[in-house]
Amino acid sequence: MAVLQADPAPPVEAVRRRPRERWTPYALLAPTLVLVAVFLLYPIGSVVYYSLFKYNVTKPRSNGFIGLENYQNMLSDQLFWDSLRFTTQWVVVEVGLQLVLGLGLALVINETFVGRSLARSLVFSPWAVAGVLTTTIWLLIYSPTTGFSRYLADIGIGSYGESPLIDSTSAFWAAVLAELWRGVPFFAILLLADLQTISQDLYEAAEVDGAGRMQRFWSVTLPHLRNAIVLSTLLRAVWEFNNVDLLYTLTGGGPGNSTMTLPLYVARMAVDAKEFGYGSALTVSAFLILAIFSIAYLKLSRVGREGQS
Amino acid sequence: MTTLVEAPAASERTTVNRPPSRRTDPNHRRAPRWMIYTPLALYLLFTLVPFYWILLFSLRPAGSTSVIPWPITFEHYKTVWDGAGFAVFFKNSVVIALFTLFGTTILSLLGGYALARFRFRGRGAFMVMTLCTQFIPGAMMLIPLFDIFRTIGLINTPWSIVVADTVFGLPLSLIMMAGFIRNIPIELEEASWVDGCGRLRGFLTVVLPLLRPGMVAISSFAFIGSWNNFLFALMFLNDQDQFTIPVGLSYMLGEYSVDFGALAAGGVVAVVPVVLVFAYVQKFLVQGLSAGAVKG
Repeated sequence: MAVLQADPAPPVEAVRRRPRERWTPYALLAPTLVLVAVFLLYPIGSVVYYSLFKYNVTKPRSNGFIGLENYQNMLSDQLFWDSLRFTTQWVVVEVGLQLVLGLGLALVINETFVGRSLARSLVFSPWAVAGVLTTTIWLLIYSPTTGFSRYLADIGIGSYGESPLIDSTSAFWAAVLAELWRGVPFFAILLLADLQTISQDLYEAAEVDGAGRMQRFWSVTLPHLRNAIVLSTLLRAVWEFNNVDLLYTLTGGGPGNSTMTLPLYVARMAVDAKEFGYGSALTVSAFLILAIFSIAYLKLSRVGREGQS
Repeated sequence: MTTLVEAPAASERTTVNRPPSRRTDPNHRRAPRWMIYTPLALYLLFTLVPFYWILLFSLRPAGSTSVIPWPITFEHYKTVWDGAGFAVFFKNSVVIALFTLFGTTILSLLGGYALARFRFRGRGAFMVMTLCTQFIPGAMMLIPLFDIFRTIGLINTPWSIVVADTVFGLPLSLIMMAGFIRNIPIELEEASWVDGCGRLRGFLTVVLPLLRPGMVAISSFAFIGSWNNFLFALMFLNDQDQFTIPVGLSYMLGEYSVDFGALAAGGVVAVVPVVLVFAYVQKFLVQGLSAGAVKG
């Protein structure tokens, strides 16, 4: 969790700076700073700049400064609002289900049992699988010619030639299931790491006080995991918001744009339509939404903590 | 009388010193077996059936509906490797992932050491900026990065992907590396300075050997992240002989009539390296995160 927490400066006595070393840390960080400035900070600035232009690489003649027109178009773009609504639905469902399943999985594999390390390797493994690969794997399962539906039809469930990706509701849940397969290990890994830092004395004390299994979970385990849960859900929400690979290849935003997230809309604008100006305006709005969401989430979870103590 | 008093004191001491690990805990509270094995079996089924399904399709002849890969065929692997160009994609992916691995590891060693061992003006601001970069969506950087790479002439070269992957992975690797370095007692380094080593020699001879688990973890994540990256490669690479495996797969997925056997074989080729790397590093991952939590 060191990654997630504000990190302490090294204590003074651990530093014992020697003369002529004043510039050493800057020199060590310089390559990183240059890369981040050129390839992260400058691009962020240029997105804001491009969002004020009509900018299409394939139609250079009509390009030019148009002020806030992209933003005006965005506000009256039905697909923008639909994609925003779908993004919210996608993030809430994915993060909620991943958290519950990931916590359950972490609790199970934190127990001592025969074959634990093998079980860990196996259940964690989808975490390393790429979005496009997840699509490849689940497409084989969902496709009417290769998937489970024909085997189900063989034994009388459903009919031949059905694919969950054709209908918009079942396409949503099909995408959710595929992303769960890959996303649950993230929570399981982070929460398992945090579970292992709980002192056994706490459980012993709770047991002496007569707490049952469920009570120990609610009064010892869950409060300890609180910070890890807040930060991992936030990171995951941002990540799922930005997740494009899987939906781009599995549903492509379809059927009928019903699974189009905002970043997917941006990616389509950039990769397919080459509408860089309008895509940049969408990007700026997505940045703002993410920033507001993150700040509000951290504020709210802190308020909750003060209320508890 | 004295023995009666001493006995509980001794047992108390062993309780205090016992490491907080369940494996060595003699009287831990075991959950009933079914409470472990039932959910675990169900979850393993959910995890492994998709893997089995893709393996099955890659190994059985086209048109077969058998649920075991028998009779077995390697025809599909030959098709993707030679016919669909996966030999080239695989090579491209390996080259990009290795350069990303080296770049990320070296830069995070340098920066991580600075963050772990020096106090300096701007350190706090740097940490905040680094954490903020975690919120930047890759999809949103496609447009400006495309422009930058076009300007400096890196479009349609593997270098554009190496740079983009390194920059996006670097902030997290840097913070993780700083954590790993902080866990190595500074006294060890100081002893080497007393012996006449400079910072660099002290680092190379004392810190680096102890840093192996951290370096394995960080370089593996860089490798996996780069190996899996799709959007940058899709946007920045145009020629088929530059494609990486995810891009190659995505074009197969987009074809009008998909050759599922070949697609499955391509997927297996793509998945095997990362799953092997991951199986090797996952224990470092959990350990590293736990160690960080204890410190933090």
